Amino acid sequence: MSQAQLIQGNEACVKGALAAGCRFYGGYPITPSSEIAEQMVRLLPDLGGVFIQMEDEIASLASVIGASLAGSKAMTATSGPGFSLMQEHIGYAAMTEVPCVVVNVMRGGPSTGLPTSPSQGDVMQARWGTHGDHPAIVLAPSSVAEVFDVTVKAFNLAERFRTPVIILYDEIIGHTRESVVLPDSIEVVDRVQPTDAPADFWPMIAPDDGVPPLPAFGDGYRFHVTGLAHDERGFPTNDAQVAEALVARLHNKIDAHLDEVIEVDTYMVDDAEIAVFAYGIVGRSAREAVMRARDNGIKAGLIRPVTLWPFPYEQVAEVAAQVDTILVAEMNLGQIIGEVERAAAGKAEIKGYLRADGEPITPTALLEAITPDKEGQR
Amino acid sequence: MTDVKTYLREWAMPHVLCPGCAHGIVLRSFLNAVDQLQIDQDKLAMVAGIGCSSRLVGYVDFCTLHGTHGRAPAFATGLKLARPDLKVVVVTGDGDALAIGGNHLIHAARRNIDITVLLLNNSIYGMTGGQAAPTTPEGALASTTPAGNTEPNFDACKLLMGAGASFVARVLAANPMDMTKVMADGLDHPGFSFIEVISDCPEYFGRYNKVGGGAEMLTWMSVRDEGVAGPLAEKRFVNHIPIESVPSGMETGVLQREIRPVYAGVRKVEDHES
Repeated sequence: MSQAQLIQGNEACVKGALAAGCRFYGGYPITPSSEIAEQMVRLLPDLGGVFIQMEDEIASLASVIGASLAGSKAMTATSGPGFSLMQEHIGYAAMTEVPCVVVNVMRGGPSTGLPTSPSQGDVMQARWGTHGDHPAIVLAPSSVAEVFDVTVKAFNLAERFRTPVIILYDEIIGHTRESVVLPDSIEVVDRVQPTDAPADFWPMIAPDDGVPPLPAFGDGYRFHVTGLAHDERGFPTNDAQVAEALVARLHNKIDAHLDEVIEVDTYMVDDAEIAVFAYGIVGRSAREAVMRARDNGIKAGLIRPVTLWPFPYEQVAEVAAQVDTILVAEMNLGQIIGEVERAAAGKAEIKGYLRADGEPITPTALLEAITPDKEGQR
Repeated sequence: MTDVKTYLREWAMPHVLCPGCAHGIVLRSFLNAVDQLQIDQDKLAMVAGIGCSSRLVGYVDFCTLHGTHGRAPAFATGLKLARPDLKVVVVTGDGDALAIGGNHLIHAARRNIDITVLLLNNSIYGMTGGQAAPTTPEGALASTTPAGNTEPNFDACKLLMGAGASFVARVLAANPMDMTKVMADGLDHPGFSFIEVISDCPEYFGRYNKVGGGAEMLTWMSVRDEGVAGPLAEKRFVNHIPIESVPSGMETGVLQREIRPVYAGVRKVEDHES
């Protein structure tokens, strides 16, 4: 039985990554994510891993992709400004199907913004920040313990689907110390290796699940990797049908396995009249607000997605059919709320509790927002 | 000597390069160097950015990574650190390496990571249609310098020496034997080796500046031994740039060679291969 330990979210991220098999870290310093690099450089060498501080965030993710192609599980961590620079290679990793994990410890923006304050302003950038149609898996833990679990899951999904996976949490979760008991053992997924002989190997032929095997550079399989649209041999093409099939497969390999990707936590929604939709640190405030509202006789509930993208449309639609109102609380001026509206499709009234001033959304504020006034209005 | 076709993906031909482009000669010279050193085909990884020269990696039968514009040294760094047993070679162009990728190139050189960078300098952006590059000589015409280039150009080798590259050389595509020898030396060098190859772009640079086709451009290189800046020294496109300000020639051969500690990332000492 593991002991309880008092650790930061950023430390839990490192522990989760190492447990999942991460053996390469390439990064660039930025508040409030730097503790991840500072822990990695101390812990990776003894595990046979390698650390490098790169010259910028563009290079950081490039080094991670290079290391992943060499067979290492690899990650980087950053915050808003660095995340913007990483978009180029998030798209490259999606197109070339190179497993990797990118952690974005969100701070206030835009631009250099509020470096030491929390934010959830990168939710849409995490989905659409890189150009072109691409799949995205984005996970948002709401506690230090969940950072560990989600980091393990991120590596496993990256390996399972050969895709970049983004972890979004904010400055509060990154820096808060909480007592956690980490699991003794976890499930670890490794990328599938080819069964064809090297001479017969075409790198982009996918089996039925849409995920081609990925041998490491140097293991005897000689193949080409390119960010250009490519055929099953991995070679560039301008053929419209081939390009369409590739982009479709990149999406379908994830869309066909949403049950493996989507994780949603609900709390007291069965008889709820109002549900709070919140993720990350706001999910914590929302849970407290729901508990207090219940104490006051208000039928409130919580829907808290751990998986932000692919967005859990089905799960939100189910809740929308049960409740009168969904209150979307996020630390931005309204990003994921649009997806909640799409999912609800008019079945529930959607309201927002939005704030982008670098201050957290408190339970008291949310309790007030879900408590009807004398006229019964919220 | 091994048949050079052993190292080529013939199924990927025909290639995208233009008639008269010297990049093919450069590739052949490189493959000869690989053959001379008997580098294991399975253990050679070639990493490229974006541009004409970067497309070369599609045609060679090694592990090949065609990355993003200018970032090849960063991809190569991750690859080499994670698999020190790989021989890692970057193929890049002058725009790729010296404009958008300048930062990655100088830091790879500074670290002295054990990779080889071949920079094929054709003095212009070829893939995108002949725009001016950081290597375009002052006065030269490009599609974005219709009145002549008014910016000074980089001396790539001086830049890399300043950044701390432990092996720096310049060779001419007109001299394939020299190229092979210097490339073999560079591949063999422990640490960061940088080789600038003066190549050509008859399709854009040659045509815009009326300096001839592939054969003429190669001839200039070989007789004047001063790269593509040479022929332009006698051509003035911008009257206010005095002719004296144009570099008179480029040094060729191995310009810097020193042995210093090879960077292998932060790892356990016993894992450190050199």
